[in-house]
Amino acid sequence: MKSIINYFKEILFGLKSLVKGMAVTGHYITHPKEIITQQYPENRESLKMFERFRGEVVLLHDENNEHKCTGCTACEVACPNGSIEIIPKRVEIDGRKVKAIDQFVYHLQMCTMCGLCIPACPTDAIVMANTFEHAVFDRSKLTKILNKPGSKIMDGIK
Amino acid sequence: MNWLYDFTYLTQSIHESLSRNFEQGTVVLIEMILVGLAFMILFALLGLVLVYAERKVSAFFQQRLGPMRVGKWGTAQTLADVIKLLMKEPLINKNADKFLFNLAPYIIMITAFMTMAALPFAKGLQALDFDIGLLYISAVSSLGVVGILLAGWSSDNKYSLIGALRSGAQVISYELSVGLSLLTIVILTGSLQLSVIVESQANGWWIFKGHIPAVIAFIIFLIASTAETNRGPFDLAEAESELTAGFHTEYSGMKFAFFFLAEFANMFIVSALGATVFLGGWMPFHIGGWEVFNNIMDYIPPIFWFFGKVSFIIFLMMWFRWTFPRLRIDQLLTLEWKYLLPINLMNILVMAFLVLMGWYF
Repeated sequence: MKSIINYFKEILFGLKSLVKGMAVTGHYITHPKEIITQQYPENRESLKMFERFRGEVVLLHDENNEHKCTGCTACEVACPNGSIEIIPKRVEIDGRKVKAIDQFVYHLQMCTMCGLCIPACPTDAIVMANTFEHAVFDRSKLTKILNKPGSKIMDGIK
Repeated sequence: MNWLYDFTYLTQSIHESLSRNFEQGTVVLIEMILVGLAFMILFALLGLVLVYAERKVSAFFQQRLGPMRVGKWGTAQTLADVIKLLMKEPLINKNADKFLFNLAPYIIMITAFMTMAALPFAKGLQALDFDIGLLYISAVSSLGVVGILLAGWSSDNKYSLIGALRSGAQVISYELSVGLSLLTIVILTGSLQLSVIVESQANGWWIFKGHIPAVIAFIIFLIASTAETNRGPFDLAEAESELTAGFHTEYSGMKFAFFFLAEFANMFIVSALGATVFLGGWMPFHIGGWEVFNNIMDYIPPIFWFFGKVSFIIFLMMWFRWTFPRLRIDQLLTLEWKYLLPINLMNILVMAFLVLMGWYF
C-alpha cells in the first residue's frame, strides 16, 4: 500500500517540478523587457559595459597629466604571462635622484585579463578599463605605452 | 466570404467544373495533383513559419532575441537558410549504403505527407475522410521511424546508428501511449472517423465534456506525442551534445533540410491530431445550450479555430522543449513503461466506466 502511495506521490512531485520549471520560462517569455541580448553595432552609442568587465589595463592620469606609478614593478612581478614591462629611469626630485618610470609597456596581445596586477599595485595607479573594441589591423598596435608623454608622478606618492 | 466558413461548396464547385470539361479518370488525376500541390505549399509554408517560430520562441524563453538581422525582426531568416541549404554540396560517406542513404529522407517526408492527407483542416477541407482516420494516422505516423532507422544504418557512422536505435526504442514505446490516450476519447465518440469526431464536439470539446480522464489523456498525449516526434526533452535520437546530430549527422544540403522539415511537419501533424481529438478540431468553442454565445463564436471561421488550436499545442511543445533537460534513455523508458502506460490503461478503464454510467456532458 505504501509503495502505491509513494508511486502517486512521485508522479505529483514530478508534475509539480515540471510546472515549476515551466513557470520560470513562462516568466521569461512574458517579460520581453528582461531580454539581455545587446544589438551591438546598432546600440554602440548607448551601450554601457558592466563595471566589473575587464577590458584592458590603463594607467590613470589626472588633469595635470600626473599618474601615481612609482615604477616599483609589483605589477610586472604579479603578471603571470609577462604582459607588463616597466622601463625605469632616474629622475631628480628636490635635489635627489628617485626611481621613476620611463615607459609603462603593456602588451595587450598577451594579456589574459586576469586582473592580478590591479591588487598588486601599492599606489592604485592602474585600473582595468571596461573598453572592449580592441580589434586592430596591425599587431604592433597592441603593444601600448600606458604613461602619456610628458607625464610625471604625482606629488607625495612614494 | 461564405466559402471561408464551409469549404464544401468550394471543393464541390471545383469538382463540378472539372467534371464538365474532362473525363472521370482525368478529373481524379487532376484533383490528386491539385491536392498534392496544396499539401506541398502547406509543407513549405509550415517549414518557413515553424522554423522561424521555433527560433524566436526558444530565444524568448532563454531571454535572447533570436534572429534579428535578415529582414525586419529576422523574418526572412528561414528563407535565407533555405537558400543556403539549397546551395550546399550533398555529401555522401564513402562506405555509406548509397541507395538507403538517399531513400531515408524521402521515406520520412512521404510519411508526413500521408499523415497530413487525413487531417480535417476545416469544414469540408479534408483530402481523405476515412472511417478509420484515427487508426490510419497513428499507423502511418509510426512509419516515420523506418526512415530514421534507415538513415542511421546507412550512414556508416556510430553516432548515427546509436541515434537511430534510440529513436526506434523510443518511438515504438511511446506509440502505445499515443494510441491509448487517443482511444480514451474514441470511447466517447464511438467512431474513428475524424470528421465524426469533430462533429461530435459541436456542443463542447471533449477535453471539457470528458473532464478528468480526458484531461489526463490530453496530458499523456502531449508527453507521448512530443516523444514520438523526437522533440523536446525526448530528442535522444539527435542529442546534439552527445551524438553530434544523431541519425542525420552525415546528411547535408537539401537531404538534411528534408529531415529538418519533416520534424516540423510531424510536430504540426501531432498537434493537429491533438487539436482535432481533444480540442474540437475546426469546431469553434461551443458550450451546449448557450445559443447566443455559440453563434458569436461561429463568426470566427473554422480554419482559424483549427490553426489557432494547433499553434497553441505547438507552443506548448516548444515550451516543453526549451524548459526541460533531456532524459536519459533509461529514464525515457521508465517514464513510458512504469508511469504513462499503467496510468493510461487505468484512465481508459475509468473513462469506459464514466461512459457506461453516462457521467459525462
